[in-house]
Amino acid sequence: MAYILTLFWVIVAVLVSLGAGWCFRAALIQISGPNMAKIYRTAPLTASFGLLVIVIYILCAIFAPLIAPYGEAEILSGGYMPWSQEFWLGTDNLGRDVFSRLIYGARNTVGIAFLTTALAFIFGTIIGIYAALRGGFIDQVLSRLIDVLMAIPSLIFSLLMLTIFGTNVLTLVIVIATIDSTRVFRIARAVALNIVQLDYIEAAKLRGENTLYLIIREILPNAMAPLAAEFGLRFCFVFLMISALSFMGLGLQPPLADWGSMVRDNADLISFGDITPLIPAGAIALLTIAVNFVVDWMLHRASGLKD
Amino acid sequence: MKPAKSSSTKANTKTKNTAKNTAKADAKSDDILLQMRNIHIKGKSDETWIDIINGVDLDLHRGEVLGLIGESGAGKSTLGLAAMGFCRDGCKITEGNISFDGMDLMQLDKNALRELRGRRIAYVAQSAAASFNPSHKLLDQFCEAPLIHNVMSKNKASEYAVDLYNRMNLPFPDVFGLRYPHEVSGGQLQRAMTAMALSCRPDLIIFDEPTTALDVTTQIEVLAAIKDIVKEFNTAAIYISHDLAVVAQMADRIKVLLKGDEVEQAPTEVMLKKPTEDYTKSLWAVREYARKEQPAVKDQTPIISIKGVTAGYHASVDVLRDVSFDIHKRRTVAVVGESGSGKSTTARVVTGLLPPRIGTVEYQGDALPSSYQARSREQLRHIQMIYQMADTALNPKLRIRDLISRPARMYLGLTGKALEDRVRDLLRMIEMEPDQFIDRLPSELSGGQKQRIGIARAIAAEPTMIICDEVTSALDQLVAEGILKLLDRLQSELDLSYMFITHDLATVRAIADEVVVMKDGLVVEQGIKSKMFKPPHHPYTELLLGSVPEMDPKWLDKLLDSRGKDNLGDAAIAKMKGEGIS
Repeated sequence: MAYILTLFWVIVAVLVSLGAGWCFRAALIQISGPNMAKIYRTAPLTASFGLLVIVIYILCAIFAPLIAPYGEAEILSGGYMPWSQEFWLGTDNLGRDVFSRLIYGARNTVGIAFLTTALAFIFGTIIGIYAALRGGFIDQVLSRLIDVLMAIPSLIFSLLMLTIFGTNVLTLVIVIATIDSTRVFRIARAVALNIVQLDYIEAAKLRGENTLYLIIREILPNAMAPLAAEFGLRFCFVFLMISALSFMGLGLQPPLADWGSMVRDNADLISFGDITPLIPAGAIALLTIAVNFVVDWMLHRASGLKD
Repeated sequence: MKPAKSSSTKANTKTKNTAKNTAKADAKSDDILLQMRNIHIKGKSDETWIDIINGVDLDLHRGEVLGLIGESGAGKSTLGLAAMGFCRDGCKITEGNISFDGMDLMQLDKNALRELRGRRIAYVAQSAAASFNPSHKLLDQFCEAPLIHNVMSKNKASEYAVDLYNRMNLPFPDVFGLRYPHEVSGGQLQRAMTAMALSCRPDLIIFDEPTTALDVTTQIEVLAAIKDIVKEFNTAAIYISHDLAVVAQMADRIKVLLKGDEVEQAPTEVMLKKPTEDYTKSLWAVREYARKEQPAVKDQTPIISIKGVTAGYHASVDVLRDVSFDIHKRRTVAVVGESGSGKSTTARVVTGLLPPRIGTVEYQGDALPSSYQARSREQLRHIQMIYQMADTALNPKLRIRDLISRPARMYLGLTGKALEDRVRDLLRMIEMEPDQFIDRLPSELSGGQKQRIGIARAIAAEPTMIICDEVTSALDQLVAEGILKLLDRLQSELDLSYMFITHDLATVRAIADEVVVMKDGLVVEQGIKSKMFKPPHHPYTELLLGSVPEMDPKWLDKLLDSRGKDNLGDAAIAKMKGEGIS
């Protein structure tokens, strides 16, 4: 019986999600211009739901101080208080409000993950396209250099770097961005290799355009679709990596709220049948899934398939 | 799962004979193989369904060849594929009947259609190179269909392949099938594909522009082979092409399509002599456009002078050998030759993309730096280029305004209002309404319009010379004629010189003042146009000229008679080499 009940709730959850996605899509179509509305109309319900989740996360991150009932590092009571009117999701091991920390966690974890991914993309894309554009010796040197970096397992490499340079936010961002940009480099170079041999690139070269113009104006706009899709995926990986590092104590440092370390700090509660530590983990999972829904849709659009 | 056994010919003899004017109406009215009635096909474009074919009828008798003619977008290929009961992705047949040998193709299920296709109806695509699987040998791909359809055993099929290769005049038929697609030439591959289509001895073959991508001399071989084999096996065929002269050689009957509607149809002879519709007449007239030749210039410094250029992509192989010719002010020099003759390489040397090993390129008497990177902006400005494929020559993400304004801004330093006005002027010069087009993306233009934008971009730099690399070969004849006229007008208005690279001699006749014939990286003949089109010719020029299909339906037969079956295209060139002429 319990099994059927669980199944029932899962179905309800999926239907509610899709329904929310449908409403959100309808709203988007209403508020956006005719061109964008045309694009949104092609979005499947999964992608609309994904977009909705992403928008909610972004709003949480931006307006965290307004939404959260308590401060991020405010100690309000004894440790491990149960769920109540006062503390919606109870308190953690030090007596801080879990719900508030969850909201602030969106700001810290998502914000830093976004910054890191953006940095990785700017760096990786420009170098990757440059390598494809110049070809020959420069391409070889850059590609082999990247191969060397990729040969080292990324988690071990980042642990090593963080131990050497210390664990502050800036180092964390730069280290992860560097490691991730190697993957971006690969994709950007592969995509650009197909573009640089087209006639319009030749025409631009013959016009006497400089390399930066070629990369930014001529190649990048045409490589955007696969790169944007990859951005979504990379973002998830960076996100998971920061959480993993935080869980190990090398990521964001206390008292900053962060979903990875929140799982670690409250892990003990699991033994008592309390699911609170799973909520930040769930928040990570939900965002990952949401981003992938959107990425799938964008890949489908980029591939130009008609069905 | 068993295919509808239907070698019986009389299954569908009671069909009403509504064929309007069939070529072989005599005693053959009961011998209809394919009958398509009131075909409507729609295609999906941005969520809306648009008509591709609106109610076309088509009849085909056994052993008859029907030519389908029209511009791109006329629905030729779509109609051809519909004859197999097939639609491309994003298309659907909304209305109509397709009956093949008494079977209603619209009613058959997937398996029955699969049995039919390949076995009784075969398809030959435009690009054999793209249609063969590059990682299997030709023979294995040949045997695939007979094995799948249980028509013959592998050994039998191999023997049959050798037989067909032999009939198609392919070199070393015994071992030809053991090669991979990339190991044979384009013309051979197209013939191998035709052989493959015949592997199950189908009743109907659909040829979709099988020679469009080939050189004229190669085209003849393929045409001769197809014509021969279709006659021999009494196979019915639908021959799709935009080239009238080619269709005239192949078809018994011609049907003209325009935007999904039938314009007219008639037996080939009648159609060529007396087309009734205006559209058909305009198609016929295109080939007669020819500009008056301008007199040769002698005593003036040429705009571009190519002097003894030897160049290649690898140190050991020279693609160009001692190429020299001049391009004078306001003159058009056509560089003619087959693919691989070094025409485009010459253009790359002139633009500086490929520095020559020996020799120089002079601009108005001064030697240009060999690499474009070493050239000054001013030097780059004077030589502009227009490409064959307007699709890849325009950045698809930039708007027309940005595409055209960039050279004007870079070279002439125009900004703001002056730049905007200049862009609008340029659009007017290429006969495109500025307000309508200035904010569009290239994907929102037709092929001809894209090519016009390519021209506008080139003249925006205010150059003295433009290199036109096969600018009309990807376009329909009517559109190509418009482009040629435009180029011609711009030449007289702006004092431009053109280096016009082409393999199409009709284009040369239309626009050139001087002609340079190239072969294997050598200039074999050069001179003014009127002299080049008059005998005596260099043997290679003669071969090129003789290989251009003419509108006379008997042309191919006559040519075969005079040259002999074994002395076409590649074979003739090989022979020439043997005799030491090159």
